[in-house]
Parts: sequence; C-alpha cells; structure tokens
Amino acid sequence: MEERDLICIVCPRGCHLHVDKDLNVTGNFCPRGAAYGKQEVTNPTRVITSTVRIENALLPLCPVRSNGAIPKGKLFEAMKEIDKISLKAPVKIGDVVIHDLVGSGVDLIATRDMPVVK
Amino acid sequence: MKEISLVIIGGGSAGLAAAVGAYDEGVKDILIIERSPYLGGILNQCIHNGFGLTEFKEELSGPEFADRFIKQAQERNIPYVLESTVLEVTKDKVVTYTSAKEGVVKIQAKAIIMAAGCYERSAGAIGIPGDRPAGVLTAGQAQLLLNQYGYMVGKRVFILGSGDIGLIMARRLTLEGAKVLGVAEIMPYSNGLNRNMVQCLEDYNIPLYLSHTVSRVYGKERVEKIEISKVDERMRPIKGTEMTFDVDTLILSIGLIPNNTLLNNIGIPTGRSRGCAVDNHYESEFEGFFACGNVLHVHDLVDNVVAESREAGKYAARYIQGQLEKKQDRIHVSAGDGIGYVVPEYVALDGSKTTAFKFRVRKPSKNVYITYTLNGNVIKKVFKPVIIPSEMEIMNIPSELLGEGKGELSVSLVQKEEN
Ligand SMILES: Cc1cc2nc3c(=O)[nH]c(=O)nc-3n(C[C@H](O)[C@H](O)[C@H](O)COP(=O)(O)OP(=O)(O)OC[C@H]3O[C@@H](n4cnc5c(N)ncnc54)[C@H](O)[C@@H]3O)c2cc1C
Ligand code: SF4
Repeated sequence: MEERDLICIVCPRGCHLHVDKDLNVTGNFCPRGAAYGKQEVTNPTRVITSTVRIENALLPLCPVRSNGAIPKGKLFEAMKEIDKISLKAPVKIGDVVIHDLVGSGVDLIATRDMPVVK
Repeated sequence: MKEISLVIIGGGSAGLAAAVGAYDEGVKDILIIERSPYLGGILNQCIHNGFGLTEFKEELSGPEFADRFIKQAQERNIPYVLESTVLEVTKDKVVTYTSAKEGVVKIQAKAIIMAAGCYERSAGAIGIPGDRPAGVLTAGQAQLLLNQYGYMVGKRVFILGSGDIGLIMARRLTLEGAKVLGVAEIMPYSNGLNRNMVQCLEDYNIPLYLSHTVSRVYGKERVEKIEISKVDERMRPIKGTEMTFDVDTLILSIGLIPNNTLLNNIGIPTGRSRGCAVDNHYESEFEGFFACGNVLHVHDLVDNVVAESREAGKYAARYIQGQLEKKQDRIHVSAGDGIGYVVPEYVALDGSKTTAFKFRVRKPSKNVYITYTLNGNVIKKVFKPVIIPSEMEIMNIPSELLGEGKGELSVSLVQKEEN
C-alpha cells in the first residue's frame, strides 16, 4: 500500500489523516477516523443517489439510492445501469428498483412515494 | 370569514414539524398552506443522502426525510391545502391565500407560524460584468430541474460559490455525464462541509479555485465562456490573473436568504439573520407571530430545522391556550466579535433548565472560546478547537447563569492565548 494523506469525512471536524504502508492511521481524533482511513485506502466506497424515469406519476422522475455503500470505482457503471430502467407508478418508498446493483450485493431502492396521477 | 386557531405558512420540513409540535401540545385546529403541489418543501429535490442522523439515527435522502414528517402530519389528520400561495398577512392575523381550486381565501387566525423557507441569491445580487445570456442559474434551480424534471441543465459547467448545494450539484452533474470544469470561491476558504469537498470535488478531480471569482460572462444567446480572476483582500479581481473556461452553463451557489417578505411587509422587526427577531419561544416582536426553519435563519441540517420547528409549534399552541405571555423582563442578545448572528434575539426566563443559542461564526477559526457576557460579566466560556461558518452552532447554556433575566447578553469569539 502507498502512503496517503486524507481528510476524514465521517464527521464535520474533518481531521487530516495520514495512512502509512502498513495501514497505520495517524491524525485521527477518534477511532472512527482510523476505520475510515483504512477503508478509504483499501476499498473506498460511496452511497449512490440518483433518479429513474417513472410513468403515470406527478413527476417524470423517482429519486433512488443504494441501500448501502458500493465500491467507488463502480459509480459510473452503476449510473449506466440506473439510466436503463423505467418505472410505472405506483411506487412506494423502499421498493427495490434494482437487485444487487453492479454486483455489489447492495440494492437500489426508491426514496419517494409515487402514487398514480392521471 | 373562516376562523382557524393556527395557520402555518409553508409545508416544508419546518411547517410540518411545527404542525406536529402544536398538535401534540393540544391545538388541533390547524391549517398548513403550501404553494407547491406536494408537501415536504425543498427536501424533495435534495435526493442525496446524509439527512436524519440526529432525528432518526439513520442516513436518509431528502425525500425520505420529508416523507417521515409528511406521514407524522397525516397520521394526526392535520389539514393542509396545496397549490395555495399566501399573498398577505395583516397585523390582525388575517391570512389571504390564493389557489386555482378555491380562488382567494381569507382566514382569521389566532396565531401564525411563518415557515416559508429561504431563497437563493441570484446573478443580479452580485452583478457579474459581461453579457446576460441564458445558461446562468442558481444551484437550487439546477437541482430542481435535474432531480425532479430530468432536465439536463448543461454539458460543460462552471460553479461559482462553494456552498454545499453547489458542491452537491457538481457531483450530481458529473455523474449524469456533464463536465464540471471547476468551482470558484471568493473567500480564501471553502464554504462547504469538508465531507462535501471530498465526496463531491476530490472524488471527481474537480478543481476548487479559492480567492477567485467569475469576473466576466461571455455569450450571445447562451453562455459560451466565462472568465475567472484571483481577488485581492478587498475581493476585487486582480488584473493579469484571468483564466477562461469554455462552458455552456454557470451555476451560482452564493448564499441563501430567509424568505420573510410577508412579515417584513407588516413591519415585524428582523434580526441579523434576516429572519424575524424572535425570543426563546420563537415568537417575534408581534404577539402570536412565530417563525422557524430557514425563514428564521438558514440551516445546514434539516435535523436542526425540525427540532426547532417542533418547539415553535409547541409555543404557538401555548400562546393559543393563553399560557404564553410576553414578559416585561428579558435579556437582549447580540452578536459580538467574530459572530455573524445569534438566535434568539431575546430570552425571557421561563423555568427551562437550559437555553439554546444558535449562531454562526464569521470565518473559520481554531482554538477559540465562545464567550457569553451578561451585563459586562463573562458568565460562560466554551472552548472550540475548530469552528467554521458553514456549520451552525447550537449551545445549551444553563439558564441559572442568566441571572435575573434582564439586560444585555453578548456572544463573541475570543482567541485562546498561546502559551
Ligand atoms: C436549494 C437548497 C438545497 C438544500 N440542500 C440541503 C441539503 O442538502 N441538506 C440539508 O440538510 N439542508 C439543505 N438545505 C436546507 C434545507 O432547506 C433545510 O434543511 C430544510 O429542508 C428547510 O426547511 P424549511 O421548511 O425551513 O424550508 P423549505 O423546505 O424551503 O419549505 C418552505 C415551504 O414554504 C413554501 N412557501 C414559501 N412561500 C410560500 C407562500 N407565500 N405561500 C405558501 N407556501 C409558501 C414553499 O413552497 C416550501 O415548500 C437546502 C436548501 C436549499 C434552498
Ligand atoms: S477522525 Fe473522528 S473526529 Fe476526526 S473527522 Fe474523523 S470522525 Fe471526526
């Protein structure tokens, strides 16, 4: 592993972290920073949020998010998959829109109730 | 004229939480008046996650957070009207609204809660020199168009202002296939949260130009090019530092302002936050007029909006029930050195164990004391290793320190002496 300097994003304090070759983290004010530093260097992940097309609803789009973090390197691939689909109202908050998004083991879920509007 | 005990202007997170607060305190004769075709306000377009950590101990997206409060209001059968815009409020608490369905409606209220949110500073507000083509819009407008209507606002984008909404839009537009060429911030520091700097700019290699502003916009019909320049200490562009970017869109994320015109119009005094000057019960200088959420002061976290608004609702209910009287004795609170504004503007002791003070500092600072001075005596010092303007601070001060509840209280920022 290469040495890295990072800003911890877990809380607003924004500690400046240093992660060395053996994954030792310094500069963190609390243990959450150490865990973040390790994760960010070995396998950085992010939650993805976007929208998908929907028919017969008040608005043409339904907001969605991944139900957990996915590898950072797969964000654009996930966006491509999200762009392909289209929903039909009614949709409920929490409905699974895509199972196992880009093989991450995480689902894409709807984040707004979209009742039918004629 | 129709009579309703409590009229709430705005059905965003503040209006909904205020309604729930009032209802749970025993006032059930409520009407929420909302301009849009849905409840929930601005959160509906904030599709990113990160809301609700305090309120629900979960990381939700904006629409999910809004939904929880819409359901809390609906479970209580709190009445609301949609697509209805409040046009006028009078000193006697007559509220006039207009809607396509009902036409013009007048209501006599016993108390009013103002919860109309905020608006964004626009291009006119900062007077950028150059052409006035299409393609210049605020971050919130871009967010609404893209996230609710699927309208891609541009292909090559530059962002002025490092506020969080601008940063979040930089990421969102990039993920949707646009090229974001950079973000310029006139201050020497970012106005967004660190986590947004990392997740929205660094993740996508979007450069941030600190101490820079857009000095010219070019384009006949549509934006074709913008020029940015470094600024001096007095924020004036420095000649010879110009850089140009070929873009079709300029997004502005340069500040939010409480949307308090309806109450300004009847002369209710305002505070430094540009919302009403309120006391610790969220009551303005006019009895029975309350305010909460972004129309009172601009919040960065909706969790704080709903906590504040429930309280405002509770006190409005007590006012209606005849249990909240304006006291003669109260403390006037002011923002001292290094502090932008403080809410509340007045504190009337009411037996509560603590009193909450909410404020923003003027610039990022390290190793400082937030110092509370009552009638010339320092009553409390709170040490902060780091404090930044983009985060609103909330401090609960023991009420016993507030003496007899009279005189002047100043909140100020004092640098810790190096030793
Ligand atoms: C563009 C933008 C993006 C934001 N993004 C975030 C974010 O990412 N995270 C975060 O925590 N906070 C964000 N905020 C702050 C966010 O606004 C607050 O967290 C919170 O949602 C504000 O709630 P509110 O009820 O005070 O305002 P709003 O949600 O704006 O609600 C005000 C409501 O009043 C209605 N209204 C206004 N005038 C009238 C009238 N005359 N008659 C009838 N109805 C009226 C409006 O239609 C609106 O629904 C953002 C703010 C803006 C402006
Ligand atoms: S290390 Fe701890 S205190 Fe520092 S930013 Fe990360 S979570 Fe916050």
